[in-house]
Amino acid sequence: MPERITPEAAWETVLLARHQDRPQTLDYIAHALPDFLELSGDRLHGDDKAVIGGFATLENTPIILIGHQKGRTLKDRQERSFGMARPEGYRKAMRLARIGEKFGLPVVTLVDTPGAYPGKDAEEGGQAGAIARSIETFAGLGVPTVTVVIGEGGSGGALALAVADRVMMLENSIYSVISPEGCAALVWRDSAEAARAAAALRVGAKGLFDLGLIDVLIPEPKGGAHLDHPLMARRVMHEVQLALRDLMPLDPDERLRLRQQKYTKMGRYATDSSR
Amino acid sequence: MAKYVTIQVKRREPPPGPDAVGEHCKQCNALLAEGDLERNLRVCPHCGYHYVLPAHERVAMLADLGTADFLAEEVRAIDPLQFTDLRPYPERVSEAQLKTGLTEAFLAVLCEVAGIPTALGVLDFKFLGGSMGSVVGERFCRLTQVAIEQRRPLVIVAGSGGARMQEGLFSLMQMAKTVVAVQMLGKAGLPYVTILTHPTTGGVFASFATVADVILAEPGAVMSFSGARIIEQTIREKLPPGFGSSESQLEHGQVDMVVDRRELKGRLVQILSFLRGGESDA
Repeated sequence: MPERITPEAAWETVLLARHQDRPQTLDYIAHALPDFLELSGDRLHGDDKAVIGGFATLENTPIILIGHQKGRTLKDRQERSFGMARPEGYRKAMRLARIGEKFGLPVVTLVDTPGAYPGKDAEEGGQAGAIARSIETFAGLGVPTVTVVIGEGGSGGALALAVADRVMMLENSIYSVISPEGCAALVWRDSAEAARAAAALRVGAKGLFDLGLIDVLIPEPKGGAHLDHPLMARRVMHEVQLALRDLMPLDPDERLRLRQQKYTKMGRYATDSSR
Repeated sequence: MAKYVTIQVKRREPPPGPDAVGEHCKQCNALLAEGDLERNLRVCPHCGYHYVLPAHERVAMLADLGTADFLAEEVRAIDPLQFTDLRPYPERVSEAQLKTGLTEAFLAVLCEVAGIPTALGVLDFKFLGGSMGSVVGERFCRLTQVAIEQRRPLVIVAGSGGARMQEGLFSLMQMAKTVVAVQMLGKAGLPYVTILTHPTTGGVFASFATVADVILAEPGAVMSFSGARIIEQTIREKLPPGFGSSESQLEHGQVDMVVDRRELKGRLVQILSFLRGGESDA
């Protein structure tokens, strides 16, 4: 059991994770993936700009990179729905992941979303099914997969891009089953209790690492990732490289087996047969 | 400071919950005789409104008499985050156990359905909203594992508010865990059918409920990932009546068919027979 943190400390992490200058997927690309080539569309309905993806090269290895993009200016943020993906976003991600699978390219995802887009069209377009299929697709890849939660890991909308051989989190990133505000509104009937909820849910990377829910914790520059994008980008891509070096020599079947095993073991429960 | 006038407003009776069966049907207001609903699978004999069906009654309805064996009952909830909101999480679990007579929100059952050996899983909405925590995920996986070993089709009846918040990220991971289990079942070439009942939302709707070979839905059930309230807050408009209903999901291509509970077993048997193809021991 990790030590309890105070609501104030938990909330500080939430604010850093959501900081508007925090590096986003396009910043990691700008600073560490110079030959990134973007691919578009889900081939079914549209192109969701809340999720971007394409080819890139990491230490001489061609990869598929997929990430949420929240946007920075107001107009950009609106176009990208603040990083909240619709079904077409998840379907684009699946499409790119399958390209990786077909041509033996490792798949790297960067997660940064408040959650899946909550809208009528998204729901009617099969939001739930798209998330479920995305989880299924990423779980079933034979190529190496690495996920880095770089900012916000918001519930199912994050998990849809976060099933991987190695799941990493930046020190001040968060990952949660429900937003602290949503949790507070449900149990305390008051979203102002969000800081308490953030602490109770243990949304911060350190707590999740101590609980064994993520594999790697990546330190940020003092004061937060937003203060030094180039350094943060180098550090993240270095960690991804190290993981890929471990994963690439394995047989696809072996990677699949280990990943299945990892997710099958997820959860904490008692097996008290004396009752 | 503005002055306010106090207006006397007639208080309306709060609407009954989905299980609150009075003398009248909450949907059509028809008079219900004592035991009418129980005898009728909790479907109103007048208007066909489907009330929430407790998990044990669902098992009794689908399994052939005397064939049900319950699995993984010893898998019980713990409190991995020591989560306390207004009350400690373990208290909420104990209360749900007393209220429902269940040990958890998921019943894992081996049974026969019209003679077909089946692995049947049923979520109970009355147990903490049918929420999926570590126990639901683990029971689901164990049931699926037995289905693979004994080459049984898997049938899951969903009814859930989503992930169990009090277990934090452990519950979110159950979405991946259950989908991986279904994937292994699929690799073994075994059928997977889900029956979506009211309500099926959040992390359950976005995981094992929607990766089935065939998806059935009960009439009038509401399915949604985000929930109507959140969507209305985000898009700032009222959703149309019937949003997310089985009928609307059918229209949008998200489910295969809407089946009246009174015809559900027959339809399920028909589908299982098709999916089993040549693999029949009948």
